[in-house]
Amino acid sequence: MNQFPWLTVIGALPAVGALVLWLLPASVAGRAKQIALGFSLVTLLLTVLAALQYNASSTERFQLVEQHPWIPQFGVSYALGVDGIALVLILMSVILVPICLLAAWRDLPADQVGREPHYFALMLSLETFMVGVFAATDVFLFYVFFEAMLIPVYFLIGQFGGARRQYAAMKFLLFSLAGGLIMLAAVIALYTQGPGGADGFLVSKLTGLAMPESTERLIFLGFFLAFAVKAPMVPVHTWLPDAATESRPATATLLVGVLDKVGTYGMIRFCLELFPGASQWATPVVIVLAVVSIIYGALLAIGQTDIMRLIAFTSISHFGFIVLGIFAVTTTSWAGSSLYMLNHGFSTAGLFLFAGMLISRRGSKRIPDFGGWQRIVPGLAGIWLVAGLSSLALPGLGSFISEFLVLAGTFQRYQVLTVIATTGIILAALYILLMYQRMMTGPKPESAVGTPDLSLREKWVAIPLIALFLVLGFYPKPVLDVINPTVKTILTSVNISDPAPAAGTAEGSSK
Amino acid sequence: MTALLTATPAAFTTATVDVVALLPLLIVFGGALLGVLVEAFVPRASRFQTQVVLTVVVLVGALVALAVGAVNHRGTTAGTAGSDGILRGAVVIDGPALFIQSIILLFALLAVFTYAERLGGVGSDTFTPMGAAVPGSAREAEALRAGAMTAEVFPLFLFSVAGMMLFPSAGDLLTMFVALEVLSLPLYIMCGLSRRRRLLSQEASLKYFLLGAFSSAFFLFGVALLYGYAGSVYLPAIAAAISSPVAGLGGLLVPGILLIAVGLLFKVGAVPFHMWTPDVYQGAPTPVTGFMAAGTKAAAFGAILRFFYVGVDQAVWDWRPVLMVIAALTMVVGAVLSVTQTDMKRLLAYSSIAHAGFVLLGVTAVSRDGISGTLFYVLAYGLTSLAAFGIIALVRENGSEATHLSQWAGLGKRHPWTAGVYAFLLLAFAGIPLTSGFTAKFAVFAPMLALHTAGSTALVVLALLCSAITVFVYARIIVLMYFTEPTHDDVAVVDASGGTIATIAVGSVLTLVLGVAPAFVLNLAAQASQFIR
Repeated sequence: MNQFPWLTVIGALPAVGALVLWLLPASVAGRAKQIALGFSLVTLLLTVLAALQYNASSTERFQLVEQHPWIPQFGVSYALGVDGIALVLILMSVILVPICLLAAWRDLPADQVGREPHYFALMLSLETFMVGVFAATDVFLFYVFFEAMLIPVYFLIGQFGGARRQYAAMKFLLFSLAGGLIMLAAVIALYTQGPGGADGFLVSKLTGLAMPESTERLIFLGFFLAFAVKAPMVPVHTWLPDAATESRPATATLLVGVLDKVGTYGMIRFCLELFPGASQWATPVVIVLAVVSIIYGALLAIGQTDIMRLIAFTSISHFGFIVLGIFAVTTTSWAGSSLYMLNHGFSTAGLFLFAGMLISRRGSKRIPDFGGWQRIVPGLAGIWLVAGLSSLALPGLGSFISEFLVLAGTFQRYQVLTVIATTGIILAALYILLMYQRMMTGPKPESAVGTPDLSLREKWVAIPLIALFLVLGFYPKPVLDVINPTVKTILTSVNISDPAPAAGTAEGSSK
Repeated sequence: MTALLTATPAAFTTATVDVVALLPLLIVFGGALLGVLVEAFVPRASRFQTQVVLTVVVLVGALVALAVGAVNHRGTTAGTAGSDGILRGAVVIDGPALFIQSIILLFALLAVFTYAERLGGVGSDTFTPMGAAVPGSAREAEALRAGAMTAEVFPLFLFSVAGMMLFPSAGDLLTMFVALEVLSLPLYIMCGLSRRRRLLSQEASLKYFLLGAFSSAFFLFGVALLYGYAGSVYLPAIAAAISSPVAGLGGLLVPGILLIAVGLLFKVGAVPFHMWTPDVYQGAPTPVTGFMAAGTKAAAFGAILRFFYVGVDQAVWDWRPVLMVIAALTMVVGAVLSVTQTDMKRLLAYSSIAHAGFVLLGVTAVSRDGISGTLFYVLAYGLTSLAAFGIIALVRENGSEATHLSQWAGLGKRHPWTAGVYAFLLLAFAGIPLTSGFTAKFAVFAPMLALHTAGSTALVVLALLCSAITVFVYARIIVLMYFTEPTHDDVAVVDASGGTIATIAVGSVLTLVLGVAPAFVLNLAAQASQFIR
């Protein structure tokens, strides 16, 4: 226990950076982005060092543990720790932040350099909450980070977003808070069901409680609703397209790529682990909604003319896959969903950030305003295609493996629904390739001639992302090695085993 | 002379007074009386400074007396032994009383600096130089020219503070009534003394006075009924009478409780006794509004706790459903009506109504956790309110306060610090985690959910929905300050004195501290949650 508090330091460092930026004298406001990038890179370095301390084969479920009493009167502890899934998601977050900072380098015009410290400070403060929310092993602490995270995003959308930013920011806040407040009732109710005491909010104290069936279901619903809004699932998804299209690409990346993961992460960590009975009760409805999300999101994505909205709808479709895998509850589908969370973070980042580069060049978010651009900016068109292919799960790129694992795992339990969900892959090819065709192919647009191709900074945004696509596509083993033991531990603890393979019995039968 | 003393009836027993326990109260009352003398005898040139210094010294002295002496003298004090030999305290200094008294002194100490804000003028900038002059009349102008000022607000303020301190400590219903009047009458006057928009201010004062007088009458009538029921106004005697009821008098109990509840709930602005709140909050001088929001609520909730938990706790099944309905109404009405407000002070008035509903949840929990939650909530809400109204008093257009919401548009661009602090305070009102508002809401919701009854759970869910509505209201103001282009170019934050800044800073910092590290104060509240019965 008396080891270096890795997680606290990783979480606190961006907050320190944010404070430095907010207190920065106006004369050096132009240096804000360099300072922010520095802080985020040091955080990344520390996280990598911390990840090296993690021992995947250890029997300890949570590692890098820290625990101190915080509000003993309420039973709240300041308790941090990571298992395989949490570690992977924290790594994803801290990798994405410097990439997003780099992509947001010139988001503000030169005459607004005075607002830059605030802009980058908000992003850094968001990083603190992202690390905290994944690392918290106390339900109350998790809730605190879960809600506090809304505030920087609210300001990022509301102060730096597009024309309808007020509407989008308000809609985002109200949806998330309504879900969050219902969850608060469930959080407190869960505590009153548990053993209580000065550390009664620890996840470990609240796992495996025996409570009345109706109570368990109500508390489960409280949690699930908040996570469904966050994730977002049909029919509580409507805030996402507005929020994504009105925010800056870097904000949209962090919002969709990281924040929404809290919803799916929460489903694994809280819904299934704490309420296995109620989860099974809700599974039929949830997986149908997940399949609806997959198909509906994909269909709407095909119909979009706004690039950012299109990407938002693809995410709704992808989150459908993740939720489907989670609620199918097999080892394979869980490994797939966990890996999907990681891959989706990077491929969405690619789509949003590269779209941002295109939008800033064309000055429009409308797909019909493009056409033939691969003749003008071939480099940008190339990485745009790679990001799109990663999103449609081309074999060899990250998403393919996770999507395959989800579908293979789900098929063990729900054959018909899996078949329906698989059509989502075909629809994905449609929306990505149609978009590419409309934007990039066709006659050379004379008005846009002379538009510069990728700058060095933009290349540095693209290189790590594309490298990650390829690494996770060809050699996901290190990540799976970290995820799998955790998945097995959780499934054992909730006492669910995989269905026996159907092929095994067929072999023995003789006709 | 000796004959006269020996002729005293044998039944007379002298009161025992624990002076140390009462010292904080005595200091504030004494200071108020001294303030009246200052008003009469100190020359005008140095009167204002004298009053301010006197008030601060009195409040600090009372706080020291409370911290050093009174906490060690818990018990029934200033009582007389009844015919049965039991000491009946007119003033009870116990945990909740000490907690409320200390937070009221803290609120007063913060508020006095906003009262004393002069902005470079002769007297306080907030108060009219001559309250008796007709608004806009020649006498008013004359008073202004002569350098008149209303320094008498300071003794009035101290009387009000003393009444607030006595209110939650009252051990019998008559003392409680006296405290109610002592805290209310100075407030009625102070509400009418605004320097600007005087008609609005006087209207608020009159309205508050008339409705307050009505509610006092209800309270007194309730006292009479309970006296008829129990044969005593002492709270423990009433409790004893409920335990062993006298046949034939039962019909007096519930009406008596409800009538007293009307009087008490009026003071916290619970629906349907909330009608005065928006008008008075808007019309009263802003520092008075801030102090009223913080202090009156704390005192009145202290009295509510004492009356219901000490006096009539045996009749809990009679009053608890009523309070639960009132809590639900208060939350819903306060939250919903705050959505449509266009004036900052009215908006915070409706928000205060909603908050009163949340605090009532703690009261209806009927447990020690509920008491400590209530105590914590009034502390947290009071600090946030004082800071928020402190800021409202500083945002001005051409000298007068810019309370219309549209005047706040774009404030974040020109005054980032002021707007930033105000946005933080709004988030605290909304109950976002890491602010005191969240801790406070948790502290009152948790005991309700711990009851595991359908009614209490439903009430908490309703409270959370109302919180979501109020979040919309506060988020709208943040939108206005940060995401909207400025429309009123003359709106500016005036340069305030160090005192006002200190009040805002202390209120805001404590709002943060009670959100991030509330363990110490929660512990205090938990220790203080035991009534002497």
